[in-house]
Amino acid sequence: MSTLVIDKAGPTRKLGSMSRDRIWALRWSYFFLVLFAIFFLTPPVYMLITSLKSSAEISAATNPWWVFHPTLSNYVELLTSNQFLRFFWNSSIISIVVVIVTMLISIPAAFALARMKFWGSATLATGVFLTYLIPDSLLFIPLFKMLAVIQDFTGITLLNRWYVLVFIYPTLTVPFCTWIMIGYFASIPKELDEAAIIDGASWLQTLLRIFIPVALPGLIAATIFAFTVSWAQFLYPLVFTTSIDQLVLPVGITTTLIKGDVFNWGQIMTGALLGAAPPLVIYAFLMDYYIAGLTAGATKG
Amino acid sequence: MADVVVEQGRRARAASPRKKNASLRNVLGRKSSVAFFLTLPLILLIALLVLYPAFYSLYLATLNKAMTKFVGLGNFTFLFKRETFWMVVRQSCIFAITAVFFKALIGFIVAHFVHNIPGKKQRKWRGMLLVPWVIPPAMSTLAWLWLFDPSYSAFNYTLSFFGVGPIPWLGDTFWARFSVILVNVWYGAPFFLIMYLAALKSVPDQLYEAAAIDGANWWQKMWYVTLPMMRNIIAITTLFSLIVTFANFDIVRILTSGGPLDRTHLFATWAFQVGIQSNDIPLGACVSLFMVPILAVAAIFILRDVNKRGNEA
Repeated sequence: MSTLVIDKAGPTRKLGSMSRDRIWALRWSYFFLVLFAIFFLTPPVYMLITSLKSSAEISAATNPWWVFHPTLSNYVELLTSNQFLRFFWNSSIISIVVVIVTMLISIPAAFALARMKFWGSATLATGVFLTYLIPDSLLFIPLFKMLAVIQDFTGITLLNRWYVLVFIYPTLTVPFCTWIMIGYFASIPKELDEAAIIDGASWLQTLLRIFIPVALPGLIAATIFAFTVSWAQFLYPLVFTTSIDQLVLPVGITTTLIKGDVFNWGQIMTGALLGAAPPLVIYAFLMDYYIAGLTAGATKG
Repeated sequence: MADVVVEQGRRARAASPRKKNASLRNVLGRKSSVAFFLTLPLILLIALLVLYPAFYSLYLATLNKAMTKFVGLGNFTFLFKRETFWMVVRQSCIFAITAVFFKALIGFIVAHFVHNIPGKKQRKWRGMLLVPWVIPPAMSTLAWLWLFDPSYSAFNYTLSFFGVGPIPWLGDTFWARFSVILVNVWYGAPFFLIMYLAALKSVPDQLYEAAAIDGANWWQKMWYVTLPMMRNIIAITTLFSLIVTFANFDIVRILTSGGPLDRTHLFATWAFQVGIQSNDIPLGACVSLFMVPILAVAAIFILRDVNKRGNEA
């Protein structure tokens, strides 16, 4: 059962009644945790440090770990550049639409798979899980060719258009979201929806009035997952879009800011930090849901 | 009571003149047809955008470069004769196995440290240590690229104080492979940390107390209590990570683009270079198809474990 486990307390231990061994174990734990935290946090911190430097300071090769003349000019420059704002806008609109599409597909499907045993439902649930294991790097070439063929056949421009990503991304988000929603829905007691049916509720009403409110934590976890996956996706937009006005943030930063011989590292780091900001902000506020979704993914509901 | 009667009467009256509508509602109300309509979008999505492309890529792999002629297994035999292909196979295996091993090891160790400290502080530390997993990999890899920069590398600046000469992080075969694996470990270890931490918390304290009464030392507790209790999570997490790492694209693409001299190419990045950049779609499809056997084996094991877990619950 994948109920949302939020363990804020953990095992409670009284500090006063600790043996000498435990105190030393605790000290060593903190020591190594600090070391690992330095390892894990160096790149993001270094992004921040570099983003506050001017190009002159970067090329002067002073101590790279310190900012001597902090400036916000990189941020001002990027946030007033139409090109960067265009990337940001493309990424946002794609991610939001993908989240909505994902929810519209996966919630009803998960409801049906969790509650209505029908012919082939077990096979379909397993199939959904297997689809989740298929990586994007296996499908980008046939999808690229498919889009080209459809484009030639119908005359609708598909390649090099951001909206095509709205159709492609759900292949990455829907299987996982359906899978964890099946788990959450299956953990709801049967008595609850039986009572609703007896009271004359239709299937749709049972879903909207019972399942969605009760499984809301799971729903939030699935939404966060869908958003972060579509925000971070790099391979599909790199293959399917090329014009500058069609790029999403990760591709835009790596292709437009790194071109030619001169790497403007201050701007690249600022762009990367701004690109990492939305997932980080969501994570900062909804950490428990994020972690619940993470741990629910690899285990059956 | 009276309300109910009135309500029923109204419903009966409303239903009788429209018999056709009622029978339609009957069909819609039947469980299996409702279920079918609810899962239809999912089935369509998987069939059209996952299954169809998967088989389409099998077909593509049998065409010549201009995609005009059927060449059978020609692309495959061509690949077998190329040295780069075997290099990519070896590099992918080295990359995936080494990276997953170190991710699992670091995740396991750090999970124990986090589990050791008082409950209230665990939340803060866990939140901090999970940050690499939250940042989109393309963005964080850019930070690593800058840390590895040949002339301004912050690592080399720091190492120079210890008398260690400038390391060619991305220029030399060994160091380029090392860097690529390091970044992957950095990105993936937090996932293991979270999974193992959840598993550690699910081990009942009584088991440790019983082991302590029986006189078990630290290693025995670890070997006979912790590891058996975590076995399932360890297996699933490792297999999961093996799939994701094996199919990795972002990190190698941004850090080295496969260089120096194709020495860091993985299946995904080489397929991209061959299929999209050099415009040989059949050969690219062929390269990426070589990922399937390993993915399939891992998937079968995951499925077995997941089902076993489901039966236990």
